[in-house]
Amino acid sequence: MVLRFRRMSAILAIALILGLLLTGCGGGNANTEKSATTETKEPYKIGAIFDISGTSSSLGIPERDTVQMIVDEVNKSGGINGHPIDLIMLDNKSNETESALAAKSLIQQGVLAIVGPSASGTTMAIIEAAQKGETPLVSAAASIRIVDPVKDRKWVFKTAQSDSLVAAKIATYLKSKGLTKIAFASMNNAFGDSGRAQFEKAAAQEGITILVKEKFEATDTIMTSQLTNIKKAAPQAVVAWAIPPSASSFTANFRQLGLTMPLIHSHGIGNKKFIELAGDAANGVVFPVGKLLVAEGLPDTDPQKAVLVDYATKFEANKFGTRNTFGGHAYDAIQIVIDAVKKAGPDKAKIRDEIEKTQNFTGISGVFNMSPTDHNGLSLDSMVMVEIVNGKWVLAK
Amino acid sequence: MKDLTRRKRLRHSLIVLFTLFIFSLPFLITNNYYLSVLVIIGIHTTVVVGLCLLMGYAGQISLGHAAFYGLGAYASGILTSTYGISPWLAILAGAVGTGLITYTMGIPIFRLKEHYLALATLGLGLIIHVIFVEEVELTGGPSGLSKGIPYLSIGKLVLNTDFRYYFLVWAIALAAIILANNVVHSRIGRALRSIHGSEFAAKSLGVDTDKFKLQVFALSAIYASVAGSLYAHYITFISPSPFGLMTSIQFVVMAVVGGLSSIWGPILGVTAVTLLTEALKSIIPQLIPQAGGEYEIVIFGLILVITMIFLPEGLTSGLLKLYEGWRYRKERADEIP
Repeated sequence: MVLRFRRMSAILAIALILGLLLTGCGGGNANTEKSATTETKEPYKIGAIFDISGTSSSLGIPERDTVQMIVDEVNKSGGINGHPIDLIMLDNKSNETESALAAKSLIQQGVLAIVGPSASGTTMAIIEAAQKGETPLVSAAASIRIVDPVKDRKWVFKTAQSDSLVAAKIATYLKSKGLTKIAFASMNNAFGDSGRAQFEKAAAQEGITILVKEKFEATDTIMTSQLTNIKKAAPQAVVAWAIPPSASSFTANFRQLGLTMPLIHSHGIGNKKFIELAGDAANGVVFPVGKLLVAEGLPDTDPQKAVLVDYATKFEANKFGTRNTFGGHAYDAIQIVIDAVKKAGPDKAKIRDEIEKTQNFTGISGVFNMSPTDHNGLSLDSMVMVEIVNGKWVLAK
Repeated sequence: MKDLTRRKRLRHSLIVLFTLFIFSLPFLITNNYYLSVLVIIGIHTTVVVGLCLLMGYAGQISLGHAAFYGLGAYASGILTSTYGISPWLAILAGAVGTGLITYTMGIPIFRLKEHYLALATLGLGLIIHVIFVEEVELTGGPSGLSKGIPYLSIGKLVLNTDFRYYFLVWAIALAAIILANNVVHSRIGRALRSIHGSEFAAKSLGVDTDKFKLQVFALSAIYASVAGSLYAHYITFISPSPFGLMTSIQFVVMAVVGGLSSIWGPILGVTAVTLLTEALKSIIPQLIPQAGGEYEIVIFGLILVITMIFLPEGLTSGLLKLYEGWRYRKERADEIP
């Protein structure tokens, strides 16, 4: 009896696996057929790949929510020129191999464009697929290498501010405060590494000396050894380049060791998680970031204010959590793609040309002016310096 | 004796049939995405065949194979993009280099047994991974190689499509399987199995267990290295993240799911795991709209647990046993009336 039960269970298990496999292959088609029959005009397929789970999920989740929200809105108001958007969203689990496969899957399904992924590594892994598949790709990741050299990135665009821009913003801020001898600490991954390289360049340009450079791991919770080295060098300010949770731990340790010089972070801490994890230690931290976080505090003359307030209100009304810049990058990416499809129709080459021609597009991360030599299109004024006061974001003076 | 020859013939005809099947697949499948999934399956199969040799036959575990996979990828990536060396030479250099590193590192490591050995290979893998991350000048650090990796080409034929790459990847995967098959059914294979059975017994019968273990460790690392090179030339971008511990564990899972005691295990294991991952990626959002990969991992884990409980020897022998059990019962049912 027991034996028979075991045998049955084994057969059931195999049947379950096979069943899942079969539905997996057939699933995609069934979905598109359904939407094709209920709508009058043929839907436009747009693909999205985000790092929804895994190490970059704090970026990918708001991005997924934002894109879904925008697409639902467009579909409710009649779609693009009457064509509903058929959004195909895939999770690459912050894994480069899966990212590449996801891109190939989307291109095979005939999407007009792809938005995402969230991180630089997962984006770099699909650039070849987008170039070869001749499908426009608008990434939400930051690294300048995504769109540079531009001659090898014909089909690739990005909406996040480049690290070089952030580094320049920090360097000019330091200079304006007269802080010229500083210490630099970065997390040991693609984000921190690229930040370090760009900041070294920007610092040299502004005549800022980096007294000491320290690194910490993304999973580290205690950075006292790095901070002790920094303390010994006695810099006028400390610049940290990391994302939470390590950015929060660094800040907490910074206060615990009784360091009193200004602490400047990068745009990597542009979500509420940083403040939640760092607690009171976060107060007084200054960092450059897109204007979204302080949207309501902007002067009314700011061209972005209306768009920012509108997006932030909707995002928070949908209970997606607190507004953050990553969702903003995804907002810009999907909006630019939708605008381009509106003008070009369902033709990938024309959509690419339209994305490249994007001018004066007022988005969340800034005002975009793309060109054949600049596939990002943002300038220094797309960012402001923000200070954390009593756990809230305030425009820094 | 006659039975043995018949078995050998069966084995050979199975391989020939499978080869024909593999090479006719791309003509039947026009979907580029399915082809790219098959290419990834082929690359992973090459790694897992090596791992099965080590785990199933020599009875030694390795949690560092993703790093050897990475060594091949970085050797190919750096030599071709920074130094402009021919990709084929780079693959060879990667394989030889990985073989040498693992052989020399294996000498102290293989003094350890069981869990300690697993931990040592884990450590070796971590050290290699740290080198990928820290040697910024050479490897580009955590951001990955900054220069593009060229495509492989045979003469004037550039292998820049999934269709073309498929043949190369599977030719190498099949070569790996056939080589492993020959090793397993040779004197060395018998020696390896005797180590798996009881190392002391093997030693007392005059088998040089240390030498064989080292050799098979190096061979399986070379397999991983070649697969890594193929990965680098396929994606044309590498960063340290695919060569970490999670990937090592994934390889072990693939090997165990497929079954360690058969040379067909790796193909079945890799195919089952990869197809399942890809299938779940598109099914789960349809069942639970807001779900991401975390649900995938839960379902995946469940299926793994079920397989391990009911088919502890992996899919290959599990399926064979089910079939034999069914045939036995049928025969008995036929006899009784």
